[in-house]
Amino acid sequence: MTIDLKTVKHISKLSRISIDDQKAKKLEKDLNSIFNWIEKLNELNTDNVEPLTSIAETTLRLRKDQILSKNIREDILKNSPKDNKDYFVVPKVVD
Amino acid sequence: MKQDQYLIEKNGNNYEVVIGLEVHAQVLSNSKLFSNSATKFGSEPNTQVSLVDAAFPGMLPVINEFCVRQAVKTGIGLKAKINKKSIFDRKNYFYADLPQGYQISQYKDPIVGEGSIVLDLPSGPKTIGIERLHLEQDAGKSIHDIDPSSTLVDLNRSGVALMEIVSKPDLRSPEEVNLYIKKLRSIMRYLGTCDGNMQEGSLRADVNVSVRKLGSDKFGTRCEIKNVNSIKFMQMAIEYEANRQVELLEEGGIIDQETRLFDTKKNQTRSMRSKEDAHDYRYFPDPDLLPLEFDDQFIEDIKREIPELPDQKKDRFIEKFKLSPYEATILVSDLETSKYFEKVIKNSDVKLSANWITGELFALLNEKNIEIDQSPISPENLSKLINLISDGTISGKIAKTLFVEMSNGDKDPKKIVEEKGLKQQSDPKELERIIDKVILDNPDNVQKYKSGKDKLFGFFVGQVMKASSGKANPKMVNDILKKKL
Amino acid sequence: MTDIINLTLTELVKKIKSKEISSTDITSNYIERSKSSKKLNTYIEETFDDALANSKKFDAKPDFQKKLPGIPIAVKDLYCTKNVKTTAGSKILENFVPSYESTVTQNLWNSGAILLGKLNCDEFAMGSSNETSHFGNVLSPIDNNLVPGGSSGGSASALAAKLTPATIGTDTGGSIRQPASFTGTVGLKPTYGSCSRYGIVAFASSLDQAGPMTRDVKDCALLLEVISSFDNKDSTSIDFKRPNYFSDLNKNIKGKKIGIPKEYRVEGMPAEIEKLWENGKEYLKNCGAEIIDISLPHTRYALPTYYIVAPAEASSNLARYDGVKYGFRVEGENLIDMYEKTRSQGFGDEVKRRIMIGTYVLSSGYYDAYYLKAQKVRKLIKNDFDEAFNKVDAILTPSTPSSAFKVGEKMDDPVSMYLNDIFTVPVNLAGLPGISIPAGLDENNYPLGLQLIGKPFDEQGILNIAYSMEEKINFKLNTSDWWIK
Ligand SMILES: [Mg+2]
Ligand SMILES: [Zn+2]
Repeated sequence: MTIDLKTVKHISKLSRISIDDQKAKKLEKDLNSIFNWIEKLNELNTDNVEPLTSIAETTLRLRKDQILSKNIREDILKNSPKDNKDYFVVPKVVD
Repeated sequence: MKQDQYLIEKNGNNYEVVIGLEVHAQVLSNSKLFSNSATKFGSEPNTQVSLVDAAFPGMLPVINEFCVRQAVKTGIGLKAKINKKSIFDRKNYFYADLPQGYQISQYKDPIVGEGSIVLDLPSGPKTIGIERLHLEQDAGKSIHDIDPSSTLVDLNRSGVALMEIVSKPDLRSPEEVNLYIKKLRSIMRYLGTCDGNMQEGSLRADVNVSVRKLGSDKFGTRCEIKNVNSIKFMQMAIEYEANRQVELLEEGGIIDQETRLFDTKKNQTRSMRSKEDAHDYRYFPDPDLLPLEFDDQFIEDIKREIPELPDQKKDRFIEKFKLSPYEATILVSDLETSKYFEKVIKNSDVKLSANWITGELFALLNEKNIEIDQSPISPENLSKLINLISDGTISGKIAKTLFVEMSNGDKDPKKIVEEKGLKQQSDPKELERIIDKVILDNPDNVQKYKSGKDKLFGFFVGQVMKASSGKANPKMVNDILKKKL
Repeated sequence: MTDIINLTLTELVKKIKSKEISSTDITSNYIERSKSSKKLNTYIEETFDDALANSKKFDAKPDFQKKLPGIPIAVKDLYCTKNVKTTAGSKILENFVPSYESTVTQNLWNSGAILLGKLNCDEFAMGSSNETSHFGNVLSPIDNNLVPGGSSGGSASALAAKLTPATIGTDTGGSIRQPASFTGTVGLKPTYGSCSRYGIVAFASSLDQAGPMTRDVKDCALLLEVISSFDNKDSTSIDFKRPNYFSDLNKNIKGKKIGIPKEYRVEGMPAEIEKLWENGKEYLKNCGAEIIDISLPHTRYALPTYYIVAPAEASSNLARYDGVKYGFRVEGENLIDMYEKTRSQGFGDEVKRRIMIGTYVLSSGYYDAYYLKAQKVRKLIKNDFDEAFNKVDAILTPSTPSSAFKVGEKMDDPVSMYLNDIFTVPVNLAGLPGISIPAGLDENNYPLGLQLIGKPFDEQGILNIAYSMEEKINFKLNTSDWWIK
C-alpha cells in the first residue's frame, strides 16, 4: 500500500486543509510510514468478527420532547469571527 | 402501451421516464432531534439555537424520544418493516449551514425498512415501493439576498428532525409524482407526524430522474435534482430533465450521473458543480451515540395510536356511505376534509353533503386559497343548509345564494332564511294565485303553448319563479302549471 | 507556609476542615509558586485573581461539608470553562471563551474547588509529549529539557512541580497515565462512561475519558469520587451506582488474582522496567494477592487499531472548526478557500496529520479495509480482556515502554512517538479503567510507572490494589526546583 502525492492532495481537499507541495511531500512520507505500520492488521483474519461500534454496552437513552433551551443568540454569536448581531457571516456562496 | 402512459417521443423513439423520490419530511415535534431547542417556524434568526445546534466544542447529541416514535408511526403508516435496532451515522461534508461539519443521519441501518404507498390512478391502483425511512438532522439556512457581499447563516432549523423517505424507482410520470407526494403527505397528516407544509419547507424532495427506451428493462443513468420544494416545481423539473436526457441520448451523448439544481426562474435544471468535489461523505457510526434499540412493546404501543388512514377510510366511505370511489378518494385525501365531511353527514344526507363539499365548498376554498380547517362555513352550518334543501324549505338555487351569504361570516342558514324570508313557497293556494296571474298576463303565450309550442313551458316556470322572487317550490310549480295549462 | 504546597490533597482538605489553614493560604501559595514556575510553561490561561477572590469568598463563608472545600485546582485546557478562555492547545481556538461549563469541572466547583487556571496540553490532546501545543511545549520538572509526556503534559508537570494540589486530565490513548508515569505521579483513566464527556473538547469520542491526576492514590480516589457522575447530557454516560471511592479505599487485597500478560514484555524494553514489574509482582504477593500468567493475544494490534479509530473520529469531530461560528478565521476568496486557509493555518502539523489519516481511512474505497477492519480488531482486543477477566481481578503491566525522553527527540518520527502508548491504548480500546502509579526510577533517575487495569466499573478494585502497592513501593518524588526563579 502506498499513498501517492495525488491521494495526499485529494485527502487534503476532502479535509478542507490546504497544503503546499512541500507539506504534501512530507505528509506523503509520514502517511506511508504510518500506513505501512498499520498494514500489520492484515495478518489477522476478521471475517467472522462483529465490528465493535460502541464500547458502552447499553442502548441509546431517549430524552423527553421538551423545549429547555431558550434564546441564547448573544452567547451563540459572541465568539463569531465576523461581527453581526443576528447571523453568522461567511463569504458569499454562489450555488 | 397503456393508454395513460407518460412517454417522451423523439425521432420516432419512445422513452419511458423513471423517477424515484427522496422526500425530506420535517417531523412534528416541539424540540429538535438531538437538542432541546424549539422547532417553531418563522422565528427571529438564530433564536432557536442551542449550543448543540451550533456545534460548540464539547457539545453532545441526546435523542428526542418523540421523534423516534414519530418515525416508527410513519413507518407503520407506510406498512413498512420497523427495525428494532438502528444506527446513527455521520455524513461528513463542509457547508456554511452545517455547523458540525457532518449531518447525523442513518445510513446502513435505518429505523424503518421497506414499505409501500398505493396511488389511485385513473386506470386503477398502483403500488409504489418505499425503500426506507430514516431519521436525520436538518441543516441551517444560508441567506444570500440580505447582504450583497456575504452569505448569512441562520441556524434555527439546524438540528430539526427530518424523516428521509426514499421511494423505489417506481414512479413513471410527473402526474404520478404529484399523486405520490399528495398521498404521502396525506398519510403523514393523518398520523400527525408531519404537517406537510411545503411553503414552510416541511416537505422537500430530491428527485431522481432517468429515461430509457420503451421496452427496455435496464435503468438509464440517473440525475438527482436537489431540494425541490413544491409539487409544481417537481413536475416541471422532471419534464425538463427527462427531455434534456432524451435529447442528449438522441444526439448520441451519454448522461453523467450528477447532482442538479432546479432553477425556478428559468424552469431548467443545471449541474451543481459546487457539491461535486466533496461527494465522498465518509459515513461512519456516530461515536457520540449508541445503537437505537426498542422492543415489540414499544412498537405495539405506537400501533395503538394509529388512526384510520386514508385507504381504510376510503373503503369505509364506499361501503358504508355508498360513495363512488372517485368521491371517496377526494373526501379522504385530506384528513381535515374527511373530518369535515363526517361532521356534516352526522345530521345530513350523505350524497348531498358529498356534492356540496366537493362542489361549492371546494370552489370557495380554492377561490380564497385557504385550507378546509379555515373554512368560513362550519360543518354544522353546512349541514343545516343541506337539511333545508332536503326538507324542501329552500330550493337548490336559493341554497346557492344562501351559501354565498354564509361564506361572509358563517351565519346560521336557518336564521338567514327567516330574516330574509327566503323560505320556499310551497303553499298550493298561494302558488295557484301567482300562476293564475302569470297565465292571465300572458294570453298570447298561453295560446302558442296550447297550439303545440311545448318549449314555452320553461317560460311560464321562469315567470312564476320571478314573481315569487325565486322562492316558489319548483316541483309544485311544475305540477300546478301543467294542470292549469 | 512552604509546607502547604507539600501537602497532599487529602491533607489539605483535612487541614482546611480543622481550620488549621484557610483557602486563601492555600490559593496564594499555589499562585506564588505558579508565578515563579513560568519556565515549565504549564499554564495557558491563569485565573489567579479570580481564584484568590473566590478563596476569600470561601473563607468568609466556608462550607466544610464539601469534598474539596476551598481547594484551588488547575485543569487541562481541554475542559470548557464558563467565561474562561478554552483553547485545547490550538490556535484555532486561541480566543474562544465558552458560555458554558463542562460537567466534570462543574462537579469540581460544586464540591467547593476553585479554578486556578487552564493547563497546557497537546493540541486537541493529540500527542504524547506536549510538544504539539500551539502555546509551546511543556517542560517536566523532573529534569531540564525533558518532556512531561502527553497529552495531559501541562497537568502532569504542574502537579509534579506542585503548582496545583491535584488536577484533571483526559485520556484517549494514555494521555493521563503516560504523563503520570513520566512525572512520578498518579493518574487514573476511568471506565468509558464513568465521567461525562459533556463540555470536553472532543478528540475521539469512543475513547475519550476524563480522569484524576494526583500525588498519591488516596487523592486519586477522592478526586475520582468528585468528578465521576451520571450525566443526561452525554448519551454515552453510564448510570451505575458509583461507590464512595475515597471512604471505601482499603489495602486489603488478600486473595485478589492479578494477571500478568505475557504480550506486554516487548522487545527493547529497558531492563529497569522489567525489574519494576517483577518488584510489583513481589509486592502484590506480599500483600496476599495471587499472581497469574495470562495472555492478551491481540495486544500488538492495539496501536495500529487505535491509529485508525482515533484519527477517524477526530477527522469528523474537528470538522466543526471551520472559522464560521467561533475561533480563528483566515478570510478567503470564497467559502471553500476560507475553510482551507483557516484549517491549514489554525491547526498544527500533528492535528493535520491525524485529520488526514482519519479522512483517508473513512474515504470511499478504504472504509472496509481500514475503519471496519479496525472496529473488528477492536472487538478482538475487547474479547481478550473479557476472557482474561474471567480468570483475574486486575492486570498489572508497565505504564510505558520507556521513561520520559528529551524535548524534540521523537518529533520527526510519528510512529516511534505513537509507540509510547503501546501499553495504555488497549485499555481505551476496551473501555476499561486503568491507573498508573509511580513504581521507581530508571538509571537517569527518571520516574517509571506501573499500570493496573480493572474490569469495567471496578475503579475501586484497582484503586485498592494501587493503594496497597503504593505503601510497599514507597516512591518519593524529588525535584530540585531547578526551574524556579
Ligand atoms: Mg438525498
Ligand atoms: Zn437526507
